[in-house]
Amino acid sequence: MTETALLSVRDLRVAYRTGGGRMVEAVRGVDFDLYPEQTLALVGESGSGKSTLGLGLLRLLPRTGHITGGEVVYRGSDPEGTDVLRMEGSRLRRWRWSEVAMVFQGAMNAFNPVLKVGDQFADTMRAHLPRQRLGKAQVRERSAESLRAVRLEPGQVLDSYPHELSGGMRQRALIALALILEPRVLVLDEPTTALDLLTQRAIVDMLQELRAERGFSMIFISHDLALASELADRVATMYAGRIIESGTTPDLFRAPRHPYTVGLIRAVPPVRAGAVEPVSIPGAPPNLAQLPPGCSFAPRCGHATDACEATDPALRTVEARPAGQPSHEAACLHWESVRLDTAPAAAQDGTPNDAPAKEVAQ
Amino acid sequence: MTAIAPGVAEPALAAPAPRTDGVWRTMVRSKSGLAGLVLVVLITGMSYLAPLFVDDHNPVDAQNRWQGPSGEHWLGTDHSGKDVLKQVVLGGQTIIYVGFLAAVITLGVAVVLGSLAAYYRGRLDSALLQLTDIVMTVPAVVLLAVVGAFFGLTTPTTLALLLGLITWPVLMRSIRAQVLSLKEREFVEAARLQDLGNMRIIFVEIVPNMAGYILINFIIAVTNAMYALVGLYVLGLAPLAGANWGIMIHQAWTYGAIYLPEGRAFILAPVCAIALFQLGLVMLTRSLEEIFNPRLSKG
Amino acid sequence: MTGEPLLSLKHVSQTFASKRGDLPAVRDVTLSVARGDVLCLVGESGCGKTTTARMAAGLAKPTAGTVEFEGADINRMDRERHRAYRKAVQFIHQDPYASLNPIRTVFATLSAPLRRHGLAKNRDEAWEQASDLLRRVELTPPANYLAKYPHQLSGGQRQRVAVARALALNPRLIIADEATSMLDVSIRVGVLRMLTRLREELDVGFVFITHDLAIARYFGAGGRIAVMYLGEVVEYGATADVIDDPRHPYTRALLSAVPDVDPGPEGRRDPGLRGVDIPSLTALPSGCTFHPRCPLFVPGTCDTAAPALRAVPGAGQEVACHVVAGKAGDPDAVGQPAGSGA
Repeated sequence: MTETALLSVRDLRVAYRTGGGRMVEAVRGVDFDLYPEQTLALVGESGSGKSTLGLGLLRLLPRTGHITGGEVVYRGSDPEGTDVLRMEGSRLRRWRWSEVAMVFQGAMNAFNPVLKVGDQFADTMRAHLPRQRLGKAQVRERSAESLRAVRLEPGQVLDSYPHELSGGMRQRALIALALILEPRVLVLDEPTTALDLLTQRAIVDMLQELRAERGFSMIFISHDLALASELADRVATMYAGRIIESGTTPDLFRAPRHPYTVGLIRAVPPVRAGAVEPVSIPGAPPNLAQLPPGCSFAPRCGHATDACEATDPALRTVEARPAGQPSHEAACLHWESVRLDTAPAAAQDGTPNDAPAKEVAQ
Repeated sequence: MTAIAPGVAEPALAAPAPRTDGVWRTMVRSKSGLAGLVLVVLITGMSYLAPLFVDDHNPVDAQNRWQGPSGEHWLGTDHSGKDVLKQVVLGGQTIIYVGFLAAVITLGVAVVLGSLAAYYRGRLDSALLQLTDIVMTVPAVVLLAVVGAFFGLTTPTTLALLLGLITWPVLMRSIRAQVLSLKEREFVEAARLQDLGNMRIIFVEIVPNMAGYILINFIIAVTNAMYALVGLYVLGLAPLAGANWGIMIHQAWTYGAIYLPEGRAFILAPVCAIALFQLGLVMLTRSLEEIFNPRLSKG
Repeated sequence: MTGEPLLSLKHVSQTFASKRGDLPAVRDVTLSVARGDVLCLVGESGCGKTTTARMAAGLAKPTAGTVEFEGADINRMDRERHRAYRKAVQFIHQDPYASLNPIRTVFATLSAPLRRHGLAKNRDEAWEQASDLLRRVELTPPANYLAKYPHQLSGGQRQRVAVARALALNPRLIIADEATSMLDVSIRVGVLRMLTRLREELDVGFVFITHDLAIARYFGAGGRIAVMYLGEVVEYGATADVIDDPRHPYTRALLSAVPDVDPGPEGRRDPGLRGVDIPSLTALPSGCTFHPRCPLFVPGTCDTAAPALRAVPGAGQEVACHVVAGKAGDPDAVGQPAGSGA
C-alpha cells in the first residue's frame, strides 16, 4: 500500500435547497482518504448523508444539491492532484467514468430502457475514448470481455433490452459497464439492496475477486454493517451528515468506540448460533433540518451527559497508526468508556421506544 | 364555442399530504398567485358589494346617447344613454354567480360519478362511460338553444344548472383516472381489510386525497362556465333581461358600438372586466398547481 | 402446533396470467396457523410468499385449493361469518408510508374501525380506545400522537400506528408482510420486540413474511418457518430446527449467504450453488425446480420428478428434496410422475 491517497476529501459539505428557500446540510464536514486498492465502506441509516456524499464526490448531485464547502483532490496519473470541485464540462465528464465510476442502487434506472445493453456499452466507450477510434468489433470484444468478468453471457446480454434481464443480471451488467474503462475508483451506492440474498452473495464475492485482479479502489455505501464488513478494509460510520467513527474493519466491528456504531451492531439479530439478544437504539434518526444541539446522537445515546448537548465532538484518535494505514477514530466525548460488550444504560431498560424520538423526529 | 369543453389540469396525484400550513404562505409568496387572488377577490367584491353602495337606478337618457367618457359618466354612455361604469360595476354578479354554481354542479357530478365508476368498475363503470360519450357528443350550443326555446332560460340558476349538466364528462373521466390509481394504494386496501364500508372509503379516504386536484379543476371549471355563459349572451341564446357583462357585449355588438369612437368604452369595459377576472383565476390556478404538485415548483 | 388451526391454507395455488404466459406464483401450498402461533414465510423475491399471505388475508382468491378460517372456506362464507373473519384476521403492509392515509390523523385512522364496528359509541370512547391502542404499541403519551398526520411521524412510529390499527378490532391473527424491512436497522428490533410482546400478551397468532433469515429466527423463535422457493414450500418445521440445522440445499445456501459481522475462524462459507440466477416463473425447470442451481443435483432423479414435502430421518422438519430424503437413486422416486407433487 503506497502512502499517497488516491482521493482526499477534506471538510466536504453538501446542502440541499428545500421549499421555503432554506438550505439543509446533508453532509456536514467529512474528511477521508482513499488509498489505492483499498475499499472504504460508508455505513449509515437513512438520512446519514452517505448517498449524498457518494453523489457529491462525483459531482452528480441533483439540481437542488450544492457543495457548499471543502475540497476533493484526486491523484490519478498526476501526482500533484486535481481539484475535483473545480473541474468543469467535458473534463469532468471524462474523469467521471474513466477515472471514477459509480454503480447505483436501482440498476433499472441507470440503463436507458429503450436501448439494447450492447448499444449502451458502445456509447459509453465511444464517448470516453474518442481518440481510439474503436471499430465495431473492438467495441463488442471489449464489452464481451467486461461482461464475462462479471460472469454474464455476453452473447445473451448485449442483445437484450434492460427489462429482459433479471435484477441480479442488470446489476452485474451495470458493474461491467462501470468497469469497462478501467477506472481507478469504483463508487457503489447500495449496489445489492434491492437484490436477493444469493444474488447479493454472488455480487459481493465477484467484486472481491475483480478488485484483487484489477486493483481498483472502492467506496462501498451501505446500510448493512455485516455486508460492509465483508467487503471493506476500512469502515466509516456516518450519522447526521458526519463520519462519527472510522477505522479498520476489525476496529469497528470488534472494538467500536462510538455508541452509535455499538448500537448498530447490537441492533442486528444474528442468524447464526450463539445469539445475543439484539437491542434497538431508542428514538429515530434525526431530521437534518432540525438537528439537536451538540452531539447529534446525544438524544438517543445511553452515554450522553450534559457535556454532550453542549459540544459537537470532532473525531478523536482512538488508536494512531502510521500514514497509509487507517487510524481508529471516534467522535465521542466518552469513547473511552464505550465498549461493545457493556451495554449502555438506555439500551438496557426493557422497552425500546420510538417515543423519545419526539424531539428528534419532528 | 370551444370554451364549453373544460380544460383539465395536470394530475396532482403525486402530491404528498397537502401542506396545509404552507398553502397560504406559498401562495402569498408567489407573486402571480397573490395578484390572481387579489384580482378575483376585488372583482367579486365589487360585483357583490357595489349594490349596497351604488344606486342601481340607471335611467335611459335619450339626450345623452353614445357619450364619450366625461366627468359625469366616467366611461361614457351606451346606445340608450345609460351610464356604462354603473353597468360594469353592477353587471358582474350574474356572470360570477352562474360561473361558480355551474362549476360546483360540474364538479359535484364529475367527482361522484367518476369515483363510483372507478371504485366499482364493472357494469356501472361501462354504463357511466357510455353516458359521458353521449353527453359529450351532444352539441352544447344547440341543446341550449332548444332548451331555451322550450323552457326559457329565465333565471341564472337554470342557466347554471344546464351548463353544469353539460360540461361534466371530461372532468369525470379524469377524476375516474385519478381514483383508479388512488384505489390501488395500500391505505385503501387497509381500509377495505377493516371493512370500513365502500361509501366511506370512497368519500372519506380517497376523494379528500384529490383535494388539490379538485380545487384546481374547480377554478378551471369556473372560467369555462363564465366563457360559455358570456358566449350564450353574445349569441343571444340567453334572455337579455337586465344588465350584465355578457348582455353589454351583445348590445354593444348589435347597436354597432364598435363603429362609434364614443362607444368603444361600452364594448371594452365588459370585455376587460371578464378578461381581468379570468386572468386572476388562471394565475390563481398556476400557483395552486405549484403548491399541490411539487414536481412543478422549481426546487 | 397448539390447538385447533385458526387459519389453514389447503393446497392453494395462484396463477397469474401475463403476456409472456401463465405465472404460477404459488403452487400447492399447505400451511396452517393456530392462536398465539407464529409462522414465518421466508424466501427470496418471487418465491410466492407475499402472494400466499395475500390469499390468507383474503386479498386474492386462490386459483386452486381453499383458505379456511375456523374450518370454513373464506371464499364461500355467508356475510356474517365473512365479517367475523375480516375482524379476526388483520394485515400489516410493508410500507408504513403508503399504508396510512396521508390526509387523516392518527386518531381518524384508529377511530374509523372502532366506530364502524360499534366498538366505540362516540368520539370520547373512540379517543379513549385509540389512546389504549397507542399505549399498546408504545407510543406514549398517546395525546402527543393522536392529532398528528403520518408525515409528522418517523418510519418506526408510522409502522407502530399501522400495528395499532390492526389491533383495533381485537384480531386473533395478524399477517405481516415484510413489516420491518423498510425501517432503519436501529429501530427494527424495537418494533419486532413489541410485536413479540403483543403475541404473548394478547395471544394473537402471526403469519410473518420476511426475506431476512435473521429476523425470521428472532421473531419466529418458538414458532415455525416455511422456506419457499419458486412458489413452493421446500422446507417446513420448527424455527430452531430449520435455521440451526437446515436440511434443504436451498435453505443451506440461503443461510450461508447471510453476511456476517464476525465470520469467525472458518471465514465465509460459499453457498456452493451451480447457478446464480433464479429461473423465470414462466419457464420453470422440470422436476425439482431447484435442480439447475442445486449442489446436490442427481441427474435422472432431480430433473424428472418433483419432490414432495416429507419428514427427514433424524430431523424435526419436513423437506422437499429427493437427495436429503434419501430417495435419490430409489427407483420408486424416479418412477413418480413429474406432476404428482405440483
